[in-house]
Amino acid sequence: MLNSKTPAGPLDQKWTDYKGHVKLVNPANKRKLEVVIIGTGLAGASAAASLGELGYKVKAFCFQDSPRRAHSIAAQGGINAAKNYQNDGDSVFRLFYDTIKGGDYRARESNVHRLAEVSSNIIDQCVAQGVPFAREYGGLLSNRSFGGTQVQRTFYAAGQTGQQLLIGAYQALERQVALGNVEMYNRHEMLDVVVIDGKARGIIARDLVSGKLERHFGHAVLLCSGGYGNVFYLSTNAMGSNVTAAWKAHKKGAYFGNPCFTQIHPTCIPVSGDHQSKLTLMSESLRNDGRIWVPKKQGDNRKPGEIPEEERDYYLERRYPAFGNLVPRDVASRAAKERCDAGYGVGSSKQAVYLDYADAIKRYGHIEAGKQGMHEADEATVIRLGKEVVKEKYGNLFDMYEKITGENPYEVPMRIYPAVHYTMGGIWVDYELMTTVPGLYALGEANFSDHGANRLGASALMQGLADGYFIIPYTLGSYLSDDIRTASIPTTDPAFEAAEKAVQERIQTLMNIKGTQTVESFHKRLGRIMWDKCGMARNAEGLKQAIAEIQQLKKEFWSDVRIPGAIDEMNPELDKANRVADFIELGELMCIDALDRKESCGGHFREESQTEEGEAKRDDVNFAYVSAWEYKGEHQWQLHKEELEFEVAKPTQRSYK
Amino acid sequence: MEHKNINLTLKVWKQKNGQSQGRFETYLVNDISTEMSFLEMFDVLNERLIKEGKEPIAFDHDCREGICGMCSMYINGRPHGPWEGTTTCQLHMRAFKDGETIVVEPWRANAFPVLKDLMVDRSSFDRIIQAGGFISVNTGNAVDANAMPVEKDKADASFAAAACIGCGACVAACKNSSAMLFLSAKVTHLALLPQGSPERKTRALNMIAQMDKEGFGACTNTGACEAVCPKEISITNIARLNQEYLYAGLTADK
Ligand SMILES: Cc1cc2nc3c(=O)[nH]c(=O)nc-3n(C[C@H](O)[C@H](O)[C@H](O)COP(=O)(O)OP(=O)(O)OC[C@H]3O[C@@H](n4cnc5c(N)ncnc54)[C@H](O)[C@@H]3O)c2cc1C
Ligand code: SF4
Ligand code: FES
Repeated sequence: MLNSKTPAGPLDQKWTDYKGHVKLVNPANKRKLEVVIIGTGLAGASAAASLGELGYKVKAFCFQDSPRRAHSIAAQGGINAAKNYQNDGDSVFRLFYDTIKGGDYRARESNVHRLAEVSSNIIDQCVAQGVPFAREYGGLLSNRSFGGTQVQRTFYAAGQTGQQLLIGAYQALERQVALGNVEMYNRHEMLDVVVIDGKARGIIARDLVSGKLERHFGHAVLLCSGGYGNVFYLSTNAMGSNVTAAWKAHKKGAYFGNPCFTQIHPTCIPVSGDHQSKLTLMSESLRNDGRIWVPKKQGDNRKPGEIPEEERDYYLERRYPAFGNLVPRDVASRAAKERCDAGYGVGSSKQAVYLDYADAIKRYGHIEAGKQGMHEADEATVIRLGKEVVKEKYGNLFDMYEKITGENPYEVPMRIYPAVHYTMGGIWVDYELMTTVPGLYALGEANFSDHGANRLGASALMQGLADGYFIIPYTLGSYLSDDIRTASIPTTDPAFEAAEKAVQERIQTLMNIKGTQTVESFHKRLGRIMWDKCGMARNAEGLKQAIAEIQQLKKEFWSDVRIPGAIDEMNPELDKANRVADFIELGELMCIDALDRKESCGGHFREESQTEEGEAKRDDVNFAYVSAWEYKGEHQWQLHKEELEFEVAKPTQRSYK
Repeated sequence: MEHKNINLTLKVWKQKNGQSQGRFETYLVNDISTEMSFLEMFDVLNERLIKEGKEPIAFDHDCREGICGMCSMYINGRPHGPWEGTTTCQLHMRAFKDGETIVVEPWRANAFPVLKDLMVDRSSFDRIIQAGGFISVNTGNAVDANAMPVEKDKADASFAAAACIGCGACVAACKNSSAMLFLSAKVTHLALLPQGSPERKTRALNMIAQMDKEGFGACTNTGACEAVCPKEISITNIARLNQEYLYAGLTADK
């Protein structure tokens, strides 16, 4: 039986009560306890810094050349917090409720409420560290709105919020490195979890420079290894983002929660050709001011500027008048796909819609002219002023768009299309963020916990930092307080030997295949299968086909992949092969999960389950559960269900009309 | 946007590891779409090399969005190539003409030893941050975020300095291999905020001491760093750093 270990008591008291009663580890004992942390994104860096400050002996790992480069750095738009600085009716309850509803009632209430409770502390902590959030002229913090909410609760630093938050956490981490509390291992890849007497006790990692395998002991192991969107090959994730750490844990007994829950982000730069290696996000914050449209006529080849107002279909405003361009991501993505599939797409591929700033530029121009007392300003002046305002708000995003496409978005509307962006699914964890393997935890995007079937914008950064700064420092103590008498286990222990040998053999096997096809080509083929059959729309027949195709792909990979170079040296192709091999196995599980969940919910759209208007139709009677999959051997998984109970946020059909 | 396919000659630095000697290798690459990014052109070449049974070219990259600071190629004598305010990963093939020869090398600096081909070790930057590039506040110690207003001008200037991605192009461009632009960006980011001022004295001193220890050179104000910085970090930060250093030296009570 899955036990979420949710504390008893009223929802808004659970966390306070928990903190008041949780067992503590005294400072002298903390110094004897070692913690291994995989990943230095927002979740990992904040956890490493906080646990180091508390006195634990921490070892942190990342595969990049510096912890500052974790994928969190790329987050653009912002971070939510229930500060209610705008006095617009925000509260902990409202943030909790929006997140549960936005997640289409597939998240655990207690975790989400706790997230909303600590959200305010995150902003305080970051400001104290020197994170330069955007400010108003009075010197106070500025907010913007994001999709799926009707209040302004998003804090931001231009389009570089993730960068600034991560640099804050990274600096806190480096401070602990200097103090000797954290040992940092850059350019290292974790390739297995070591389990001794049923408890996670360390890892096997590969030094990516020398190629050597290393053993590291820990009284506990924290996975903060990020999401697995790259299973689709093309996604907005960084090139190195991977599922390997989570997958190894899964195969050692950690259940995988809701693997099929994937977020497809509506506003990304469309694919330009076969050479495409990744997709670039245009932040959701752009939907604050930009308007999305397609021509009313199918196959309209006119330039956007030549299409008059009355011949444009602002389809989000038309279909969802209450939220307009700010509907949640899953809704906006499906609406774009619907228009393009119906033949209204734009650009040479016809797989794109317009995101238009012309109105916003005029609107801001008028406001600015008014502020400057230029009430008679002519059109050109208004536009010039408007462009300046837009530049200040979104300049770096507009520049990025221009560099990639060669088009100037201040003059012509941007072309955008949905792309894989985030994975709500991940390693299943209980209230304490512990996986089904004692002593093994999962934080940040790597766990499944807070976003249900769809994540609201600006909530991943919040969750990563909540987990690392404010939750794990309490919940880890609950486990380690029983472990204070466990001396460090030497890495000569047979369990370490065996784990290292298994990793070694797998690498050897991969290198010995010496086939004809590149790792990249397998990854592309996997991505194609996933995008076509387990992407924005899914159906039983397609998913069954996908499972068969992936199993076939796996056979081909293990008999025909070609990896150049050697084992005992820096070998990026070998690193990639290790990751793609795991993605292939994960892909199969995602399809199995999507097949099992016959309802539509959030980002998971089963074509068999939709309303007459084509909106997702949830089935609370049969599917109000978290799917937690247990690995049982090749191609075999057993489903465990965590039934979801909604005591406070009673499920209703989600409507943004 | 119009696009076409072009043919190029690449001269790329190949080096097996930190101990071995490197050399240039020449590759012809054909049919490169001008819509590709510079790194996608390398992807295409690497795929071909692997198929031909040759060694692909190792290079650092991750986000491919110009923000992680991982990519680092010295292209035709300029870090990150010809476009201003642009990282290697954001450089697109539109920047090149059909038939052109492109020379690609790693960052060159004593403090950035080559690991393989175009990859270098920049951990010296992390150690400079360890020496003082932070505000000493433990988790849980913070007051309400709006308790301490910060003038918008200062906050904006702090943010502009904090935009540094730690790529090291400034060092690669500098004939002295100085890390002053990187270091000054961090000192400015923190010094302009009230939260960062209690540690002003020690921060600049300690970070500069670490920079010297790592083998970075001295700054002679040539301005090469500013010209190539993908985040357009201003050289005026170096002047501010010098002020901070002076202030710290004058008032240091150690
Ligand atoms: C382009 C983009 C924009 C976004 N914008 C926003 C936004 O505005 N607001 C928001 O809330 N969210 C946003 N998100 C989502 C958010 O950025 C991520 O969900 C979040 O940063 C994940 O943080 P993390 O700490 O869990 O993992 P990551 O930041 O992905 O870090 C993973 C870490 O694990 C390490 N690692 C992984 N595998 C291994 C291994 N096997 N061995 C060793 N180390 C390993 C990596 O080196 C890295 O340090 C955005 C995402 C993208 C792609
Ligand atoms: S100052 Fe500029 S060039 Fe130097 S590391 Fe920072 S971003 Fe790179
Ligand atoms: S790859 Fe991240 S900045 Fe270029």
